[in-house]
Parts: sequence; C-alpha cells; structure tokens
Amino acid sequence: MNFDFSDDQRMLRDQAQKFLTDQSPPRVVRDVLEDSAKAYDEKLWGEMAALGWMGTAIPEEYGGAGLCPEDLCVLAEELGRSLAPTPFSSSVYLATEALLLAGSEDQKQKYLPDLAMGETIGCFALAEGVGVPTPKNISVTASNGALSGVKEPVADGDVANFVVVLARSGAADERGMSLYLVDLDGVDRESVETIDPTRSHARLTFNGTSAELLGAEGEGWDLVQKIIDRAAVYFAFEQVGGAQASLDMAVDYAKNRFAFGRPIGSYQAIKHKLADMYIATELARSNAYYGAWAITTGAPDVSVAAAAARVAASEAFNHAARENIQTHGGMGFTWEFDCHMYYRRAKILSLNLGGERRWKDRLISQLEARNAA
Amino acid sequence: MDFTDTPEDAEFRAEVRGWLTANAEEKKPGAIYKAKYGEAALIPLSQEWQTKKFKAGFSGITTPLEYGGRGGTQIQQAIYDQEEVNFLVPRHIGSGIPLVIPTLLVYAKEEDKKQFIPEILRSDKLWCQLFSEPSAGSDLGGIRTRSERDGDDWVINGQKIWTSNAQHADLAILVTRSDPDAEKHKGLTYFYVDMKSPGIEVRPIKQISGMANFNEVFLTDVRIPDSQRLGEEGEGWRVAITTLMNERVSSGARPAPDFEDIFGLARDLEIEDGPAIANAAVREKLAHWYIQARGVDLTRMRTLTAMSRGQTPGPENSISKLVSAFKRQEIALFGMDLMDMGGGLMSRETTPMRAVFQEAALEAPSGRIAAGTDEILRNIIGERVLGLPREVRVDKDKPFRDLPTGV
Amino acid sequence: MDFNDTTSEAEFRVEARDWLASQVPKREPGQAYAVRRGDDALLPLAKEWQAKKFEANFAGINLPKEYGGRGDTRVEQIIFAQEEANFVTPPTVFGISHGMVVPTLLAYATEEQKQRYVPATLRGDEVWCQLFSEPAGGSDLAGLRTRSERDGDEWTVNGQKIWTSGGHYADLGVLVTRSDAGVEKHKGLTYFFIDMKSPGIEVRQIKQISGASHFNEVFFTDLKIPDSQRLGKEGEGWRVAITTLMNERVETGVRPAPDFDDIFALARDLVLEDGPAIADDAIRDQLADWYVQTRGVQLTRMRTMTAMSRGQQPGPENSIAKVVNSSKRQRIAQFGMDLMDMGGIVRDRASMPMESLFQDAMLDSPGNRIAAGTDEILRNVIGERVLGLPREVRVDKDKPFADLAALEK
Repeated sequence: MNFDFSDDQRMLRDQAQKFLTDQSPPRVVRDVLEDSAKAYDEKLWGEMAALGWMGTAIPEEYGGAGLCPEDLCVLAEELGRSLAPTPFSSSVYLATEALLLAGSEDQKQKYLPDLAMGETIGCFALAEGVGVPTPKNISVTASNGALSGVKEPVADGDVANFVVVLARSGAADERGMSLYLVDLDGVDRESVETIDPTRSHARLTFNGTSAELLGAEGEGWDLVQKIIDRAAVYFAFEQVGGAQASLDMAVDYAKNRFAFGRPIGSYQAIKHKLADMYIATELARSNAYYGAWAITTGAPDVSVAAAAARVAASEAFNHAARENIQTHGGMGFTWEFDCHMYYRRAKILSLNLGGERRWKDRLISQLEARNAA
Repeated sequence: MDFTDTPEDAEFRAEVRGWLTANAEEKKPGAIYKAKYGEAALIPLSQEWQTKKFKAGFSGITTPLEYGGRGGTQIQQAIYDQEEVNFLVPRHIGSGIPLVIPTLLVYAKEEDKKQFIPEILRSDKLWCQLFSEPSAGSDLGGIRTRSERDGDDWVINGQKIWTSNAQHADLAILVTRSDPDAEKHKGLTYFYVDMKSPGIEVRPIKQISGMANFNEVFLTDVRIPDSQRLGEEGEGWRVAITTLMNERVSSGARPAPDFEDIFGLARDLEIEDGPAIANAAVREKLAHWYIQARGVDLTRMRTLTAMSRGQTPGPENSISKLVSAFKRQEIALFGMDLMDMGGGLMSRETTPMRAVFQEAALEAPSGRIAAGTDEILRNIIGERVLGLPREVRVDKDKPFRDLPTGV
Repeated sequence: MDFNDTTSEAEFRVEARDWLASQVPKREPGQAYAVRRGDDALLPLAKEWQAKKFEANFAGINLPKEYGGRGDTRVEQIIFAQEEANFVTPPTVFGISHGMVVPTLLAYATEEQKQRYVPATLRGDEVWCQLFSEPAGGSDLAGLRTRSERDGDEWTVNGQKIWTSGGHYADLGVLVTRSDAGVEKHKGLTYFFIDMKSPGIEVRQIKQISGASHFNEVFFTDLKIPDSQRLGKEGEGWRVAITTLMNERVETGVRPAPDFDDIFALARDLVLEDGPAIADDAIRDQLADWYVQTRGVQLTRMRTMTAMSRGQQPGPENSIAKVVNSSKRQRIAQFGMDLMDMGGIVRDRASMPMESLFQDAMLDSPGNRIAAGTDEILRNVIGERVLGLPREVRVDKDKPFADLAALEK
C-alpha cells in the first residue's frame, strides 16, 4: 500500500506548479475575466501544448505520452490552483476521454493526435439550460445523422473545433440516448454570460447539423455516466487545487492583517475558520487521491470513489473560496483582489458536471448498488 | 402578547396600505425592483419616492414633528416597513435617515437640526458616512485620518474607504484623529462636512459583482469650521458609537433572494423527478431558511415592543444581520445548485427570476462584511449580550502612535 | 499510488484475517460487541483478547521484537486494525497503555524498565492510566498544580488529578507534577510513572451523562515515589508530556460507533412514512456528507502512514481525525434517533435497533468532543502548528506559576 503519488509524479507536480506560477499568474486569469473578447489564454494554451499536457493520458500510438490518469490528476490539481484560463477540462477530461472510451479506431485516428498536440479543442454538450438533464427532458434530437436543438451552457463551445453531444435518437428513456461527434465549423454558436467569465461558455444551436455516432446507438446514457465518473475525479483535483490556493491566500492575509493591535489570525474566530477550511480540503484531497487510483486501476468501486471525490471537493472548494473572501474583509469583495476569481471558479466547477445536491444523491445510489452486489 | 394590531395600529396599517396601493406596484414572488442598489438610475427614483413619502407623512415616522417628522412610534415605523416590503419600491439611498438623523438629534445645534433633518427626510440632500479606513475596518478605533486645529477651522488629511454613495452625497459625517498621542479611543473628533469642499476626491471601488457601491475618499487639506464639530474635541468615539448603534438597528431590509424567492423557485423548477419542492432534501433546507427568516422578523418585533416600553435597542439586533447576510449567500448558492448544469448562466432575460440568485451570489459576500463582519457581530453578542470577557487587548493604555500595525 | 497491498502486505492480511476468523465471529453491519466501554465486565474480556493477540504476535505490530513487539511497520498495524474492525472483538482498554505510555517509555525509560514493563503492557497483563488533567488544568495542561517535592532519592506528591480514564482499574500510571512553582509554568514540571496500588492514592469514579464511569478523580496524599521512576529530567516534564500527547493524536484511530456504516444500515432497514428511510432525499443528502467525511478520515490516516513510512514524523494533521470523528459520531447518533421518530427515545438494548447503539452514543458522545483534546484546542493546534497562524496572546508566559495561580482566585 502506498497512499501518495510516486516520486516521478511529485516531480511532475513541482514542474507544473513552477510552470503555472510563471505562465498563469493571477494577471493572466484576470485578463480573460476583464476582456470579454478573450475566451481563453491562447499563449498559455500553446505553452501547455508544447509540454505535451493535453496528451498526458492519450496512448503513444495516437500521439500522446501514454501516461496514466493519475498523472493527469497531478496536472489537474495545479491547473485548479492557478485557475489556468484554458479549455483543458473540456478538451482533455471530457472530449478526449469520451473518444478513448467509445471512439472507433477511425475516430481515434482522426481526433486524438491533434487533441494530444492541443491543435484541436474538443468540448462536451449535455446541459440544456437551467435544470437537470435527464433522458425524459433531453430535447436535442438525432435523426438520419443530423442533430436539431439547443445545448447550453457548453463549456468552451465557442472556441472548440468539435463537440461530443448527448442527443435523443429513440424513445425518451435511457436506451433512447446516443452520443454524437459534431464538427463545429458552421454551427450556430453564441457566447453566454456565466458567473465565471474566466471560463467561456456557449449556446450551440443545431439545425439539421450532420453528426457522427460515437459509440453504439442507444448507449449514450451509459457512456455519459462513465465519462462523468472519470471527469468527476479530474474536476475534484482542480477543486482541491483551488481550495488549497484559497486557504493559502487566507492564511497569508490572516498573518499580516492587524486589527486591535494583533494579527487577525491570532483570534480564534479566524483561526478556527481556517482550521475548518484546512480540514475540508484535506478530506477532499484524500477522497480525490482514492478516486485517482480507482480510475487508474479500474477498481470495482470506481463510481463510489468518483462521487465521493466530487462531493467532498465541491464542498471544500465552495467553502474555502467563500470563507477566503470573508477572511479578507472589505478587500475580499473588491474586484481588484483575486479572491473572487476563486469564488466564481468554485461555483462553476461544482455546477459543470451537475450540482452538489444531485451528486450526493448519486453517491448514495452507488453505495446502495455496491452493497447489493 | 398580541401579534395582531391594536385598533389604532390597525387603523394606521390600513392607512399605510391604502397609500402604498395607490402609489406603488404590489410585489409578486420573485419580482425585483427595476433598478438595483448600486445602479446610478436608482438615485433619482429613490429621491422621488422619498419625497412622496415625506409629503404623505411616512418619512421619518419616529422623527419629532418640529424637524419635519411624523412624531409617531417605533411600532408605527415597523408597521410601515412591514407593509412597504410587499411593494416594489426603491431603497433609501445614503446614511441620512438611518444614521445621521439619530446622531444629529443627540449632538447637533438646534439650527442645524432644523436645517438638515427635513432635507434628509425629503431626500433633497444625500449623506454618506466617512468612518472606515484601509487600516481600520472592524477596528474603527484605529483610524488615522488627521484633524488639526487652525484657529476656528480644522484641517483634515487622510483617506477613508468603503464609503457607500460618496459620489452622490452632498454631506458626510466624519471621524478623525485629532490627538495621536492619546490612547486610541480618546484622540478622536467627529464632524459633518460638505462633500463639495475643496480637497475631497472620491474614487469608486469596483466590487466582485462589477458594481461600485463603495468608494475610497481622499481628504487633502480639507478645511472644516469648528461649528461643524459634533460632540467635544477628543470625544469622537462616543459620537461614533451613537451612529453605529443605529446602524445595527436599521439594517432591517431583506435583500433578495430570501425565503419567498427560493420557495418560489423550488415550486417552479423541475428537477430529475418532479418539481424541486417535492424533493425531501430541498424541503429540509427550505424549512431551515423559513424558521430563520421568520425568527429574525419576530425577534425584530420583540425588539420593537421593548423599544415601545422605552428600552434602548440593544446589540441583540446583531442577530438579524448575522443570520440574514449568511442566509442570503446560502440561498443564492443553493438556488444555483438547483438549476444544476445551467446554474452558472446569468442572463437576466433567460435565467429564472432575472438571475437574482446568480447576481446575489456575487454580492452576498459583501453583506457578511460591510457594517460589521460576521466575526465582529459574534463578538458583540458574546461580549455585550452574554457578558463574556473581552478579547485580550494589546492596544489599550498606549499612545495611538506606538501601536503595532503589522506594516 | 497503490491502495492495494504489496505481496507481503497481502500475505500479512490473509494471515491476520485467517487468525481472526479462527478466534472470533465476523461482524454484521451495526453489530457491536455485547459488552461496552464503561461496563465492569469488559476488563477481563479485553485482557483475555489482548493476551491472545500477544501470543499470536499481533500485539505491538510496529514495535521492536526485543520488547515483545512484532517488528513490522505501521502499515501492518493498520492492516490488522482494518481486519479486526470486521470482527466482533472487545472494545480496547489499552489505548493509553499502548498508544501513549509505551512510546513514552521507549523514549525515556531505562533499558531495564523497558524490559520490565513494555512486554507486560503489550500482553495486557498491566494496564496504565494517564494522570495529567486537573480541575484547574484541562485544555491548559501546564496549569496543573499537583506538587512534587524531592527528599534525597524519594519524591513526595500531593494534589488531585481528574478525567483519568481507567484510573479505577489501572495497575500503573504516568504522572505529571509541578516540582517548582517559582519558575515559568511550562518549566517547573516533572514526570513519573507510579504503581497505582501505592499508599496515598485514592480513586473516585465520576458518573457521566450516560450513566457509565470511564473517568475518575485521583487524590494523592503524601504519595512516595522513588526517583528511579522519574522519566526525563527534573523540570523537563513538559517535554515528556508532549511525547505522550503527540502519540495520543496518532492513536485515536479506534473506529467510532455509530459511524457511517451503522447509520447507512439503519437507513436501509428502517421503514418511514413512505418507504425505507434510505429512499428519502433529505436522508441521502445527510448520508453523503458522512460518507465523504468517514472515507476522507480513513484515507487521510493512510496518507499519514505513507508519509511516516518515508520517515516523516506524524504531524498535528492527525488532529483532523479526532475533530471530525467526534462531532460526526454525535450527529449520527442524534440523527439515528430522529429517524426512529417517536420511538427514538427508548434506551433498551434488548428491543432497540443495533442494541440501542444510537441512544447510548448520544449520551456518550459529548465526552468525545472534550476528552483527549477539545474541538477548540484541536482547531488551535491545526491553526497554529499546521497553518502557522500566530498564537493567541498569552497572559500566562514569563511569570512565575505561583503568581498566575493567585490571579485566578
């Protein structure tokens, strides 16, 4: 048993941390926040591509580095810590994983090498506006290889080259759902405003758009569950990284800000708040580590591990980001301080794959299934 | 105990309701007023509404008749507030009614009271509050803005921050340090000042939400006649406490979203297996927020009863702000969670209730900090309500200039 | 990362599991050992079980062979604990003896004393108690006032201790005393071990909310201790006490009950107004929180073990486990009773679900949040020692202890 990353992985983490400290400082994130024409930082994306990060978990035969999901988790934590404003999560955790899971040989050959190089950006379209997407209410339909309907919000839908779409190809039930690959050239797409402008989101309107099946017809719902389980672990690492950064900021401020002649961190009201942030972050980190190992080894309880990582990390990051603002007092709620970039990111990450309430329910369902087995 | 009105109160309530119905639009669940706090468009709308109220005798209900008020009771003020909440009306702008009038009533000369109080009640003149500084927020006693006496004038130099509406205000109340060699709470002096005076520069502070409800105010050789001093030289702390006690009483507005809004959302929104309100986990949260919202309302009514018996409002009012500010943040974030993958969308046109949950999520952090942080309010409850010993103070009994600042 | 066993770990696990299966019954979810902590009947059963483990070489798994241990690592110790948790075995009464006293003896006792006491302690023949807290010095341990005065090769002790777990049945005790009230509070302490049967010791049990009596008051009247039973130097008792307490935070890995598995099982079995409790969304929401906490604590402890296997010292990070588990246990106990609705108030092992585990724990759990480091002290430990936040302003430093004691009067 060994419950930590290997020496190589820890070296990768140190390198990634150093790289992102240099290349993705808060100023870079803020540029994307404040410039509405800027969907992501293209220079940063290019530098990440040069390091081969997008191909981390893509097998060597498709132009990747052939490393394992654990390595990708190491990068995810650092990307979350630095708030790197790029389409990495959409392209790597979702689109690439969907192709690895369900792509035909032709599809893999077509997309994976460019994805690995960062030359193609993929995204993933499941949501249809406010509310929970279910087989009953998915309204984007597929017939004769063409899609119709609207998906929003689609993370990075405005900058991606292709999208993986869940659509109804048959009845309004789980067996009637299929996944499709759609080339986004010529698709009607429009940026939508969200609470986190450092991550771009779009509305995609399909109007008889030609689409190619990904995986078998009628398997879409099951595939989405598998994709989301894996993505939940990567997202959890981004969230743990963000929670740690929020905690670090709060601790630093509490040591240096004086009130009533003392550093505010010497008061228990602040000290205990920060201790609680630390506890939540560490428990989330431990759950995320197990999730990383579970998706890497295909452990039988991978769905339990993924849901636990997601629930713990969503709660930890939302809590840490919120209380980091509180610790900073008035400066914390100014636009000028960086606290809010974490607060926004925390909430968008906890919504992108479905809200906390729903993941908690999913966790208990997975535990029931495990115990029944 | 009687939660219904006395005959006189009922009569007053009917009068208020009748007037409001004739002059304002009744609020539907989830509806919000057309201009938000912090938007410039709100100011003329607010002033217009305040003037209407003044003419109808509903501005300054508890203010004495000789200063333009109604000379009524706290209970009548509460009745008015309870009724007004049900209508779409603009918020009062500035510190005038809640903070300045109570302070002027205690400390101002008769002629100043006669001049300023009716102006405030009509909203002809807006006031702001120049208290907090970069190094003195929760610890107001730590302010550094200097006042130095020069004949019959005072000369002010320094910087204030977190000043709501400074860019719109005509006048301000101001706390300064007149003696840095005295102990920190003993060297302060309090003034009112014309915001158009030479040497005052206002710079807006952009908040998380993108709005600028607050400002930095720089004071450079600003001259104030000694006649504008409130309270004695060196006794500014005592005057400031009068102002702040009223801050805690007045922050009774309940900015959306509150219980009614999340209840409305839960009834309307379909989640995976039906309306959200049918989900037991959602119901449990709703129940929690209902008892908090109702508890705050009823606690406030109990305070009013105490006040009508002649007791001064105590720090128990800290409960209201502490609970309401955090509840608003929780409700906003949970509303977004209910909207699931689409919860991050914040277009007023397409997001439920004109994106009030999303906008409030970005504004709510300031509610837990401005006008007393959560932590300070808990200290107040612990120390002044429960009588617990104070934190060990290292900033007492020393000249202000010798205190550690961490800089 | 590898959450699976290595080959040798897997072999050890099989050995442990086989041995356990040959000795004791397997545990069903929610099943507890028939005799609880605080019951007088527990001690002989716990001793018997400990002796069996010792004979089978499963006691002191990570301790040196020359003192009766197995000479393996903490990983094997954790594996054994994981396996043992799946069987019905007596709740341990050796937490202090093995977790706190043995490491202290190994660090400070003479070779002869180690040979004499450590194996007997591991075998469960001798049980230790910890004579630290006093009425005036709980969280603030260094505020203790029990006096020790030296006279040649002998010390005389007078004073009172409180919250002494197992003081009424312990054979031996570790004791911190004030040997010099004229110096600063942390500097005038001296540490001993004592025979609890010595003249001059009186033990009085304290009845708790639950009706049980884990804790005691212990009074010393002219207790004589030979100087050879001093651990550490005169005036350096604080440092020895810290060694004992650091191990307290590592050791509290005992499975709390009820924990997630128990409330999960209860929710599956119990039928509410419209079906099994587990189908209720509010209950699922609550269960999910407890699952991620429970799992998070387990996995965090495993991460600590990995760090220790790399040679790092266990840090105050371990405070996490206690702070989370003790509150969680209290909330689970109360929530379980709430699920049982009107009948939830009955405390009867014969008729109530899981032998009244929830009701018993509801009464017993407040003590968990206080004993061995209160929630508040543990958050201070995390804030100060992990996050490096400034300490509270102390008004009790750099003054002779005698002056402080006068201040409180």
